[in-house]
Amino acid sequence: MNTVSETGGEGMRPSRPRPKVRLRMINAKVSRGSALFLGGLPFLFVAIAYLIASAQRLAVNPSDKLLPSPAQMWSAFLDLATVPDKRSGDLILWVDTYASLLRLFAGVGVATFAALSLGVAIGFIPRVRAFLLPFVTVVCVIPPLALLPILFIALGLGETAKITLIALGVAPVMVRDIANRVMELPSELVAKAQTLGGNSWTMVLRLVLPQVMPRLITCVRLALGPAWLFLIAAEAIASTEGLGYRIFLVRRYLSMDVILPYVAWITLLAVITDWLLVRLSRAVSPWAHPVEAR
Amino acid sequence: MSRIVVHGLEKSYGDARVLERVNVTAEAGEFLSLVGASGCGKSTFLRILLGQEQQSSGVVIVGDGPIVPEPTPQRGIVFQRYSVFPHLTAIQNLQLVEDFRSGGPFGRVFGARRANARQEAETMLERVGLAHARDLYPTSLSGGMQQRLAIAQTLLGRPQILLLDEPFGALDPGIRVEMHELLTELWTEHGMTVVMVTHDIGEAFKLGTRVLVFDKVRHDPQFPSAYGATITYDLRLDRKTRASSHHLAKVAAMVGTTRPDTAMATTAS
Repeated sequence: MNTVSETGGEGMRPSRPRPKVRLRMINAKVSRGSALFLGGLPFLFVAIAYLIASAQRLAVNPSDKLLPSPAQMWSAFLDLATVPDKRSGDLILWVDTYASLLRLFAGVGVATFAALSLGVAIGFIPRVRAFLLPFVTVVCVIPPLALLPILFIALGLGETAKITLIALGVAPVMVRDIANRVMELPSELVAKAQTLGGNSWTMVLRLVLPQVMPRLITCVRLALGPAWLFLIAAEAIASTEGLGYRIFLVRRYLSMDVILPYVAWITLLAVITDWLLVRLSRAVSPWAHPVEAR
Repeated sequence: MSRIVVHGLEKSYGDARVLERVNVTAEAGEFLSLVGASGCGKSTFLRILLGQEQQSSGVVIVGDGPIVPEPTPQRGIVFQRYSVFPHLTAIQNLQLVEDFRSGGPFGRVFGARRANARQEAETMLERVGLAHARDLYPTSLSGGMQQRLAIAQTLLGRPQILLLDEPFGALDPGIRVEMHELLTELWTEHGMTVVMVTHDIGEAFKLGTRVLVFDKVRHDPQFPSAYGATITYDLRLDRKTRASSHHLAKVAAMVGTTRPDTAMATTAS
């Protein structure tokens, strides 16, 4: 190694020499600080690019609506959050957020319950698997948005149709995933539980449910993406409030100063939900997160 | 505790025959060591005794009647891997036994019975030297500790028959000797019938009261899977045969995988 000649000029220090070896890219570790810095860079790039573009357009035409300045967006956002609407007297942002989150969590909640009950039954009981797995597999490939008109016709334009769309949209994939996870349980564990006197039901309670819980939470995290998609689609088509409804409503007036903060707000809500689910997983299944649990 | 009678047992997967004409009778309290080359069907035989798989033909009698074709508390098992429940701590793994046995529809016992079960679990944990690890999850236990926990858990189920599928196969030699001592002690205490599959011939001689060799006697060069393995050698061990290097070398030669001198080394340790 050439390290000696590098440090040799100022006399050999007795302390441990730190050889400057060029590691392969895949082996080079990233320190916590530089990870934060690197992770922040893309956000910074986008923000700077936007600010420049926005400033340029506003310099040419101060009443340009396409790329509003941060100040314009902030004041529009603040208006929606704090000033009651002239017609209804509502604080629009909070009414929208409440309505959307209620739909989202109701839909995902129903899907989660279905995934747990059906997924465990399909994965654990061969007879139920034979009965339901082909059906679930077929339902999985139906594009949920194609069902939207059917739901609106059959269930009306109210909350039921929107919640059903979200539930139908994410449940089949979750059911299949949980069923797969249950089928992947080592047969040794199932055999062992039986030799200890477990029956089908107590094994579900004491073996299968605790073992699939981390996977279920991961499933919910992954399902929330599509769930937001279905929510906004349903709200865009038939609604009187909601985050998706608002975005599509103000689109008619090219109100980018409302749309952009709303998108950021939705993103923030999604990030917070995801973070809470990770915390939940660690609290419920500490055994599945051995490193973090220490 | 319980005797095992196997008569004319045969096991095939489609065209491939794994076991054929297996006849063996094990008296209650015997310790059977099953050895044989890899893939000779000795693990399949154990899984049939467990009830995880069923024989294609033949009779298997365990205790008073024909074998129940699913795992039951009558027969306990320790596998080489996946032998304890990863989502439970050491003490919870042991308490689970009472929960499953008499926990009713919740799979959990409550009140005084819970306290009793906990006490019993603590005692057993101490017995196998894991008291210091009572609140650790299996992932933070070493291989030897996990197997000790697995054996403790299985014994708490009070099986009449203890099945061991290469239980110490993944352990370091030093730990292995430790586990041999533990197993011998527990077997002397509880007196159940033991059937152990092992690759280690020294281990088979050291622990068993009987060594059974599984091997193929018939070969079809055109269709290697036409014939299955059977028990080719059945040696009862007493103080003389256990110490005799002659028998050990003979079995080692039959199995063909382990050199007799390494087998000897394990016995000696």
